[in-house]
Amino acid sequence: MAEASNAQPLHRQLGMTDAELAAVVDELGREPTHLELAMYSVMWSEHCSYKSSRAFLSRFPTQAPWVLVGPGEGAGVVDIGDGMAIAVRIESHNHPSAVEPYQGAATGVGGIIRDIFSMGARPIALMDPLRFGTLDDARTRYLFEGVVSGISGYGNSVGVPTVGGEAVFDDTYRGNPLVNVFCLGILPTERLVLARADGPGNLAVLLGSATGRDGIGGASVLASQSFEAGDEAKRPSVQVGDPFEEKRLIEACLELLDAKLAVGVQDLGAAGLSCAASETAAKAGAGMDVDVARVSKREPGMNAVEALTSESQERMLAIIEPANLDAVLELAKRWEIRATVVGRVTDTARFRIYDGLFDAIGVPGENPRPPIGDEPTPLNSDALPIADVPVESLGDGPLYHRPVARPATQDALQAADPGPQLRDKFPAGADLSAELLALLATPTIADKTWVSRQYDHQLFLNTVAGPGADAAVLRVKGTKKALALSTDGKARFCRLEPRTGGRLVVLEAARNVACSGARPIALVNCLNFGNPEHPEVMWQFSEVVEGMSEACEALGIPVIGGNVSFYNASGDDDIHPTPVAGVLGLIDELNERPPAAAVRARDDIVVLGAIRPELGGSEWAAVVHGLDGGMPPVADLERARAVHDLVATFVREGAVTGVHDVSDGGLGVALAEMAIAGEVGMKVELNFDGCTPAEACFAEPASVVVLSVDPQETAAVCGQAAAAGVPARVIGVAGGDRLIAKGAFDVSVADATHAWRDALPALMNRPH
Amino acid sequence: MTARIGVVVFPGTNCELDVEYAIQQLGGHTERLWHGDDTTKGVDAVVVPGGFAHGDYLRTGAIARFSPVMHAVGEHAAAGGPVVGICNGFQVLCEADLLPGALQKNAGLKFLCEPAALRVETTSTALTNLAEVGAVLNVPINHFEGNYVCDERTLAELQADERIVVRYVDNPNGSLDDIAGICNAQGNVVGLMPHPERASDPLLGSSDGIVLLKSLIAAATARSTLLV
Repeated sequence: MAEASNAQPLHRQLGMTDAELAAVVDELGREPTHLELAMYSVMWSEHCSYKSSRAFLSRFPTQAPWVLVGPGEGAGVVDIGDGMAIAVRIESHNHPSAVEPYQGAATGVGGIIRDIFSMGARPIALMDPLRFGTLDDARTRYLFEGVVSGISGYGNSVGVPTVGGEAVFDDTYRGNPLVNVFCLGILPTERLVLARADGPGNLAVLLGSATGRDGIGGASVLASQSFEAGDEAKRPSVQVGDPFEEKRLIEACLELLDAKLAVGVQDLGAAGLSCAASETAAKAGAGMDVDVARVSKREPGMNAVEALTSESQERMLAIIEPANLDAVLELAKRWEIRATVVGRVTDTARFRIYDGLFDAIGVPGENPRPPIGDEPTPLNSDALPIADVPVESLGDGPLYHRPVARPATQDALQAADPGPQLRDKFPAGADLSAELLALLATPTIADKTWVSRQYDHQLFLNTVAGPGADAAVLRVKGTKKALALSTDGKARFCRLEPRTGGRLVVLEAARNVACSGARPIALVNCLNFGNPEHPEVMWQFSEVVEGMSEACEALGIPVIGGNVSFYNASGDDDIHPTPVAGVLGLIDELNERPPAAAVRARDDIVVLGAIRPELGGSEWAAVVHGLDGGMPPVADLERARAVHDLVATFVREGAVTGVHDVSDGGLGVALAEMAIAGEVGMKVELNFDGCTPAEACFAEPASVVVLSVDPQETAAVCGQAAAAGVPARVIGVAGGDRLIAKGAFDVSVADATHAWRDALPALMNRPH
Repeated sequence: MTARIGVVVFPGTNCELDVEYAIQQLGGHTERLWHGDDTTKGVDAVVVPGGFAHGDYLRTGAIARFSPVMHAVGEHAAAGGPVVGICNGFQVLCEADLLPGALQKNAGLKFLCEPAALRVETTSTALTNLAEVGAVLNVPINHFEGNYVCDERTLAELQADERIVVRYVDNPNGSLDDIAGICNAQGNVVGLMPHPERASDPLLGSSDGIVLLKSLIAAATARSTLLV
């Protein structure tokens, strides 16, 4: 296999097409050097250039008065008042995690944290939406365990709490798990910085780890190609994380920005130094000279290509004025991090790489000591650049309008409605107790404490509601405000009807945030899809983007950042289209903890919203009964907005004692989860027009929320709902130690609790 | 004169902001102590907070004990000054021989961040002087290496001299004799794995740690009065 690939021309080995090479030759007016070609190959990769998705992403609404920084920067930033701003970003680290789960996940965490503090924000929260195959597979258990350990090992040590996330299990991810990482940071608005290399003569200082051979070609080889069996051979493309280095980098960079010693800061992520240096220069309309001899190398014999494209972790590039160099070096020394001047901003609009020039012509700083085994680089004041390209051309990759086609199988898939079969199997009067317990024990629904207890979710003393809540709630110290965060995805809905699915993903995240009393102020998305060279995948992509955009517009939520991950497939099997939405909500005044997703004894139980027999894509139909066709639930955007506003108002006014949204597993599971959390039973009747008891229990209609209400407040709550045009029905009352829905199920709270709580530990503690 | 509580920061420490915030909310005064400085700046009490000092590389606390500030902390302790090590700080104090024993990996070989019920076993210490023996406090743990071990003779001494400060009601990590925290013979040096600062506000779910932090402030105040 190695011989075959060596026979390929260099550009193809680097993942470039013949047409892309021709475009480079056209740009330069000559054949590129090896170094130039290597830089173009990573910068023009799918991962860095968004060449297949850019044409669609402009659809997202991105404007709102409170948006300070929208898509295209290290992170999106919104103003929350009181002189404070919030930076958020979401990213995928799917393929590295499939190859090496611990380091893949760990470096995903490290990378996104750097994006946040490069804006001047202190990272204060992580969320991890994770998707794996089913846990009956030993390799999947190994991947799941490794990814969770990697997040725990890196996140805890670097000192950023993981306050929530998801763990979803579906066979579609068996060969290609999804590891998405969301990070939030907080900053005084005045500290906001952008990655700009302004000012010719300014210096580019490389901070942090020495540069090694790890992660070379990570963006082009791992992230931008399909996965095959035996891909362990790509392990050298996975980086290794060092959270201790990153912790010192965070503190040093924030001190640097507080002291106003840096003009701009950019992290080194995909495509390493070549990307960071050229991007900062291009954004400022400037040029940049880099001397590769100034790069601190980890091992001998590294060539310029390796030094420029390495994705070694824990490195940042700071653009500083020469007069501040001594102060920057002193600060770096105190935090025990490397700092070397590797570049100089020019007014040439060219990105030029030299080897051994800077020392010869007196650029401040000095060459670092070479690794043992290497000779010092000879000085040469007449050295010619070993790469010399227009700085804008690297970031200005090709733009593809890939063919789009609705899958031929889509009609048949949608026609395979699970409703009739399940109606036959579970007619009115059927005992659904075993069905409910089975649903509570499916790994996607079951208790995730096995995961979340491995994460520090409390550091910084902000976590008012943590893992397991509908939304994580973080107080903002020094203000009355609080933030609500939720990440959600629902790939089965998107597979059945991607536009509706895209809407439903946004609605669920926004609904969760509303359940904590917040109003949504920003959304970031991580779009995980299959091979964009498949027209069916591009159709799914375009439809999902459209659906998410429609929902964001209807709810007034600006999209302030995102990430696209293509090539999620094993062989020719593309994963289900899996957009994940991260919604940030703001609570203007938080005086006490928002109500939990629990019922309180003697309270009335109220269902807000319309229950419909929508079983397509539901956990019950697809996972418990293997019927994965049909249509997803209706996504009525106007109704959603009304329900969200109403619920948030109830929570803010203290009108309810418990609140939980209906999602995976439907109303039956929502009620059971509230009984488990409240440690009290209930007696309810589930008579909804057009629904059998089974459909009322396990359908997953959108925009439905369950409330626990003090009986004295019930009339007022229902009155407010009626005024808002939202259906509200009292379905029963909390009490006793059994969970009883008349004519549907009757289980003890203890049994429900065991089913829900024991499922994941039982699966994970079995021998590999 | 107002008592000052020093908070030690090593590279990799991450609970310093939380400890300072919680103490300040209770009216205490804090002062940052940098690991590279061989001084405690004349503070009345010292907290070695949680985190991952020097990345926990080699072994938790193994490198931190050699930081210059630990020499000064040792002198402060020898002079009777209150010293409290929380989580990683407890591990550092054990490595620095200010407390006996060691913390090894949790019995389940997993990191654990969860609430823990602690029973107060003695009030003759810098961290429990305002608490009541037998009181059960809900204070979170957050560690991978919290499984306390020591030799039999040390354990017998700890038991006989009432130097076990807090015990887990439901042992989460395999600690010997359910030990969650211990003190030195004088009671002025205390180490514990749970985080009192994380239980200092009802908004965050528990305020049971306040009595411990107030005890520390009281010990610092007593010390400052003594020195004046």
